[in-house]
Amino acid sequence: MIYLDNASTTKPSSGVIDAISDALNNFGNPSSMHRLGIDAENIIKKAKENASKILSVSPNNIYFTSGGTESNNTAIFGACHANIKKGKHIITSKIEHPSVLTPFKMLEEEGFEVSYIGTDENGILDLEEFENELREDTIFVSIMLVNNETGAIMPVDKLKPIMKKKSPKALLHIDAVQGFGKVLLKPKQWGVDLLSASGHKIHAIKGTGLLYINDNVLIKPFICGGGQQKNMRSGTENVVGISAFSKACEEICNYNAEYVRNLREKLKNGILENIDRVKINEAVSEYQAGHILNVSFLGLRSEILLHSLEMHQIYVSTGSACSTNKPMPSHVLSAIGCSAEEIDSAIRFSFSEDITDEDIDKTIEALIKEVATIRKYVRK
Amino acid sequence: MKEIILVKYGEIILKGGNRSRFENVLMDNIRNAVKNIDNIKMNIMQATIYVEPDDPEKIDLICERLALVFGIVSVTKAGVVEKDIEKIKEFAYEYCKNDLLPGKKFKVEAKRADKKFPYNSMEIGQEVGGYLDDVCEGITCDVHNPDVTVKVEIRDYAAYVYCVENKLIGQGGMPIGTGSKATLLLSGGIDSPVAGHMIAKRGVEIDAINFFSFPYTSERAKEKVVELASILARYTSKINLYIVPFTEIQLAIRDNCPEEHMTLIMRRFMMKISEKIAIKNKSIALITGESVGQVASQTLAALNVTNSVVDMPVLRPLIGMDKREIIDRSREIGAFETSILPYEDCCTVFTPKHPTTNPKLHTIIKSESKLDVDALIEKAIEGVEKITVYPNLI
Repeated sequence: MIYLDNASTTKPSSGVIDAISDALNNFGNPSSMHRLGIDAENIIKKAKENASKILSVSPNNIYFTSGGTESNNTAIFGACHANIKKGKHIITSKIEHPSVLTPFKMLEEEGFEVSYIGTDENGILDLEEFENELREDTIFVSIMLVNNETGAIMPVDKLKPIMKKKSPKALLHIDAVQGFGKVLLKPKQWGVDLLSASGHKIHAIKGTGLLYINDNVLIKPFICGGGQQKNMRSGTENVVGISAFSKACEEICNYNAEYVRNLREKLKNGILENIDRVKINEAVSEYQAGHILNVSFLGLRSEILLHSLEMHQIYVSTGSACSTNKPMPSHVLSAIGCSAEEIDSAIRFSFSEDITDEDIDKTIEALIKEVATIRKYVRK
Repeated sequence: MKEIILVKYGEIILKGGNRSRFENVLMDNIRNAVKNIDNIKMNIMQATIYVEPDDPEKIDLICERLALVFGIVSVTKAGVVEKDIEKIKEFAYEYCKNDLLPGKKFKVEAKRADKKFPYNSMEIGQEVGGYLDDVCEGITCDVHNPDVTVKVEIRDYAAYVYCVENKLIGQGGMPIGTGSKATLLLSGGIDSPVAGHMIAKRGVEIDAINFFSFPYTSERAKEKVVELASILARYTSKINLYIVPFTEIQLAIRDNCPEEHMTLIMRRFMMKISEKIAIKNKSIALITGESVGQVASQTLAALNVTNSVVDMPVLRPLIGMDKREIIDRSREIGAFETSILPYEDCCTVFTPKHPTTNPKLHTIIKSESKLDVDALIEKAIEGVEKITVYPNLI
């Protein structure tokens, strides 16, 4: 099996699986007064430390959630509802994940004014437009770190300085689900107030996520109840998931970004050299994450190519996996100006350190064969 | 208080000498339909099946399930009371008081099947109606336009009371297992599940066949077909689904035949393969969801071309229906939401730009002759996967 769909989800590492089985034996409720409770609580403490190392922040600012979607929802609704008296203008981009765009749509229905910022043709946030849209009453900004479909890295480090000039009250949220542990991330230095990440994108398991909340940032809790996690996220902590996430954070510290980037370059060059009528949907290299490669194979429908690769046990995706049930063209590729044909034929390859050079050779070979077959048989 | 279910059946009554065979099949189907819910006792009297579940709590669920069994016209939950006019009156009040609310117009309808009962139908109606009028506040009697009709039936062993408005309308038709077996060509679309439902409703057991073109269609498209089969299985209890690998045939047609004949030649392969699988499994007819003129491959001329390849009768229950009518039926049987999921089925992937709408049989046969039809069919049948699909209900 050659799994090239790591932006959808990743395979739990063997270290993570061991951590899970250990945690299952540590079944105490972290809120219990007795020894078992304390043991469980210690797992969570350790996990906060491990996660905070990746972000270079204090463990006290880490809260665990059920995943990237919950973290994004908590940050967006929590910050906007808590600061509603300061203003009603909020900003995001056109190429965010649905777990950001949908909450913004809902806030729009509630009466917030929303600016959706576009990108340049490389899929990078348009900073000029961003600056122009900022207002005195802007209270909240949410921008993703790495785009899940193209792998473009957004200039999130440049946002807060601009915001300070024009919108001093505005909070900055970064959806870091696709970049966490894989690209440079300095929330403190960049002035980030809130940040979301997800466990299953870094070889932990589904149902685990975190939200970083900077000191003095006021947000309304999204899930209320027994007051766990300083009342910010009630519900008995998912100790098993958190320990999986914890281990994955530890392991991703040794992430070999250069190795992964070389895999990407090798596949990209292999495609360009051997297959005609292709278009690489990417940003210039300093703004391009090394683990995602998006390619349009003109003259075919990507879903058929996906299934053809499946016959070689090569797994990829079209658009983003979260919207496969909807027959909608990718909003990301449309926003960055791809044509209908380019969107229809786009395949996303996403890499992990498990992939070898040989896997890439096999993938190129399979692509050469299958692209030719499909182009021959299927009328566009 | 004891409750039972009165199951009324329709056409079977007309079956003369065969009637008891039909009744027995229907009772088997009833037992089978509820076997995962509860054990039941059944009696049959005067064209009514009396169903009594072991667990009284399960009665509503069983009623819902019986409304899906072919052959049943209506399903009614009824209270059981001793055949004593005073007890019947009091019971009628207790059992129907939640329906006899202030402002409602009501009437009582009585039926005396046990002629030894001392009151005739008219008198029972007057007695019970008069009593209800006295004890329920704010209701009025209106025999012409009632909101609530309280029905009292005097049978051999007991009296039964129910509100007619609470009756569930059944599927009608004939019990499955009374009408041989046919094989349905089940695509992922709207039409074929409706066609299957219509024929099954006439008592015919159903097998289904789907043509699968991986990688040109996805695993999800196959799962969608399984889901549609399981929706049909709600009515038929189970369905054997045969998945035929079809990619090789499609590619061979694409390589060797004129593009505008692609769909028709493909349909001829489907019919021929279906007939062979049908014969193997003791089916004696095919069922398709075709409707005259709906698409290029369903013009009369096209149907002539695809029909001529098989000897068995091809049942096309939708033949004269409009798409709109078919969609309404699809909604009624609960298949529509699944049918419109966007995964492609094998008919749509290879659709030619300009398909022939008025094909001549000899032209198509000539185009087809470039292929080794028998070998392709044999190979496809060797690769058939059989899936037994059960209803997606508890």
